Amino acid sequence: MSDTPVDASKRTWLIASGCAGAVGTVATAIPFVSSMQPSERAKAAGAPVEVDISTLKLNEKLTVEWRGKPVWVVRRTPEEVAALPKHDAELADPESKRKPDELTPKYARNETRSIKPEVLVVVGICTHLGCSPNDKFQPGPQPSLPDDWPGGFLCPCHGSTFDLAGRVFKNKPAPDNLQVPPYMFLSDTRLLIGEDKNSKA
Amino acid sequence: MAQFKEISPNATATQKLANWFDNRFPTAGAEYRKHMSEYYAPKNFNFWYFFGSLAMLVLVLQIVTGIFLTMHYKPDAALAFGSVEYIMRDVPWGWLIRYMHSTGASAFFIVVYLHMYRGLIYGSYRKPRELVWLFGCAIFLALMAEAFMGYLLPWGQMSYWGAQVIINLFSAIPFIGPDLSEWIRGDYVVGDATLNRFFAFHVIAVPLVLLGLVVAHLLALHDVGSNNPDGVEIKGPNAPLDAHGHPLDGVPFHPYYTVHDIFGVAVFLMVFSAIMFFAPEAGGYFLEYNNFIPADSLKTPLHIAPVWYFTPFYSMLRAITTEMMYALSAILLITVGWVLVKTSASSLTKLLLVVLAIAFLWMFNAFGFTGLDVLQGIDAKFWGVVVMGGAVVILFFLPWLDKSPVKSIRYRPGWHKAVFGVFIVDFVVLAYLGTQPPSPTGERISQLGTLFYFGFFLLMPWWTRLGEFKPVPERITFAAH
Repeated sequence: MSDTPVDASKRTWLIASGCAGAVGTVATAIPFVSSMQPSERAKAAGAPVEVDISTLKLNEKLTVEWRGKPVWVVRRTPEEVAALPKHDAELADPESKRKPDELTPKYARNETRSIKPEVLVVVGICTHLGCSPNDKFQPGPQPSLPDDWPGGFLCPCHGSTFDLAGRVFKNKPAPDNLQVPPYMFLSDTRLLIGEDKNSKA
Repeated sequence: MAQFKEISPNATATQKLANWFDNRFPTAGAEYRKHMSEYYAPKNFNFWYFFGSLAMLVLVLQIVTGIFLTMHYKPDAALAFGSVEYIMRDVPWGWLIRYMHSTGASAFFIVVYLHMYRGLIYGSYRKPRELVWLFGCAIFLALMAEAFMGYLLPWGQMSYWGAQVIINLFSAIPFIGPDLSEWIRGDYVVGDATLNRFFAFHVIAVPLVLLGLVVAHLLALHDVGSNNPDGVEIKGPNAPLDAHGHPLDGVPFHPYYTVHDIFGVAVFLMVFSAIMFFAPEAGGYFLEYNNFIPADSLKTPLHIAPVWYFTPFYSMLRAITTEMMYALSAILLITVGWVLVKTSASSLTKLLLVVLAIAFLWMFNAFGFTGLDVLQGIDAKFWGVVVMGGAVVILFFLPWLDKSPVKSIRYRPGWHKAVFGVFIVDFVVLAYLGTQPPSPTGERISQLGTLFYFGFFLLMPWWTRLGEFKPVPERITFAAH
C-alpha cells in the first residue's frame, strides 16, 4: 500500500467512469440478446390456415399445422358428446376456468369446448412439456389408462390424459386443458384456424 | 527479463537449439516443469485416478471429430437430417468419424461420472480443494449443455421432441417462463432458428467455456496438489521431503503418471473401439432408434426419453407430482416442527422460520386441496424443474456439506461405505427408470429415489460425523510393486 492519501476526486471519476462502462456494456448486450428473439419471419409465419372438414368421418382426426404446431380437428359422435359431462368430477378444470384468455376463447367455454358440439378443435400440444398426445378414442380398460377410460388422448411423455374435449384429468403432470386456438366456421364444412370473428390475428 | 544464458561452444546442436529457445521463450520450459516433470503427485494413485486424464482424451477426441463433422453437416432444419445420413453413407469414413463423436459423447459421461465418484469417495473436494471441485461441477454443467444442444443437431424425432420438452421446462418458471423459452427457441416451436443457434452454441460457444474451465480446474489442482486414496497430504508442514525438497511420497507426473495414464488410455481405447465398431447404438442407449426418423413437429414418438446420461435427473423431474408435493410439504412441516421443539434458537428466528415455512407450503401448493383460489400455489411442474436443477446444483455444495473428520472412505465407518453403495444403486435405478415409459410403480420408486438422493446430500452435515472412524496414517500407504 502506498502512503499517498487517497485522492477523493480521482476516485469519484473512477467510479463514475466505471458506471458509464457498465451502462455501455449492458447497452451493447441488448442487440445480442434481442437477436435471439423470434424473427419477423417467424412472427409472420403465424398466418391462419383454412381446413376443409367435409370428408372428416365420425371419430376421425385431422391434423393441420398452424404456427408450426399440430392443430387437431376431431368429429365426435353424439354419444361421445353426451358422455362428456359424466366424468367432470375426475377433471382438473372441467369448466375451463384456468387461464381462459390463453387457453379457451369465449365461444369454447362450454362443456364441449367447441363452437359446434361435435367438432373439436384443439392444439395438439400437451400443456405439460409440449409433447403431442396420442389418440385413445376407444373407451374402456387398456394399457397405461384407467379401467373407466371414457376415450380421449394420452401424452406419451409423462402420462397426462385428456378427455375428448381436451380437458385434463386430475393428478396428472399437465396443469391445464389443451389450448383451443382461435377459429371460426367459414361455411358448414370449412374452418379457419388462427383467426376468429373477434380478433383479426 | 530473465538472465540470458550462454552455452558452451562445445555443446551439441540439440543443446544449442534448446538454449536458443529457452532464452527467447522461457515460459514453455517453466510451465512444462511446473505441470509435468516437477509436478509431484502422490505415488499411491489407483484405478480411479485414470478418469481425469481419460476425460481430457475424450474432450480432444470430441473436438477433433467435431471439427471434421462440421465440414459436412448442415445446420438447417430442411437439410440437417439428410446431411447426417450423407455423412454416414457417402462421406469417405464419415460413418467412423460420426460414430467416434456419438460414442465419445456417452464415453465422456461415463468417464466424468466415474471421475466425480472418485472425488466423492476420497473426499477430493475437501479443504483446500474446494475450488477444484467447483470448477469441476461447472465443467459438468457445461458438458450437459453441450450434450443437450449437440443432440438436437441430427434433427431426428428424439432430437426434436427431447429439445421441445427440455426447453419447455423453462416455461414452468413463474412470470418470465413462457417468454424465456420462446427466447431460447427463437420461434414459437422448436424450429430452424433453434437448430441454427444450438449449432453455434455446440460448436463454438460452449466448447470455449468448457476449455477455459478445464484450464482453471487443472491450474487450481496443480496449485493445491492432488488428493489420493488415503486422503493424506503429501505436501505441507508435516509431510516428509527428500534431499531435493520434493515430497517423499510423491512422484513427478512425467514420466511416472504419463506412462501410467497411457496404459489406462490403451485399455480405454480397447473398450471404446469395441463399442464404436460393434455396437455404436449400444442397444438404443447411445443412439436412440427414434432418432433415425426425421423430426416431425406434428407427431410425438410413442415413447420419448433422453439419452441415458440425463435419465437420473429426468426421473427426478418426473417424480415430482402433486402427490409428491404433499409429501415434501409434510417433510418440511416435520423439519420445522423439529427445529421449533428441539433447538434453542431465539423466538424471533423461530417466528421467521414459521413465516417462511408457511410461504413455502403455500408455494408448494400444500393448501391446494382447499380449492380456494388465493391458496393456489405453484404447479408441481415448476417444482419438478427446480428438483432436476437442484440435483445438479447440490453437487456444488458438497465441500461444505461433508463434515466427516477424515477425507477418504478408507478410514470412514463401515456403514458409510454401505450408504455410498446405496447411493450408487439409487443413481442407477433412477437412470433406468428415466429410460422407461411412465408407470405408477416406476413413479413411486423414483419418488423414493429422489428423496434418497437429496437426503444423501442434505443430511450430510449430520450423518457424515456419525460412527467410529479408523485412525488416519501419518503418511500414505503404498507398497512398491
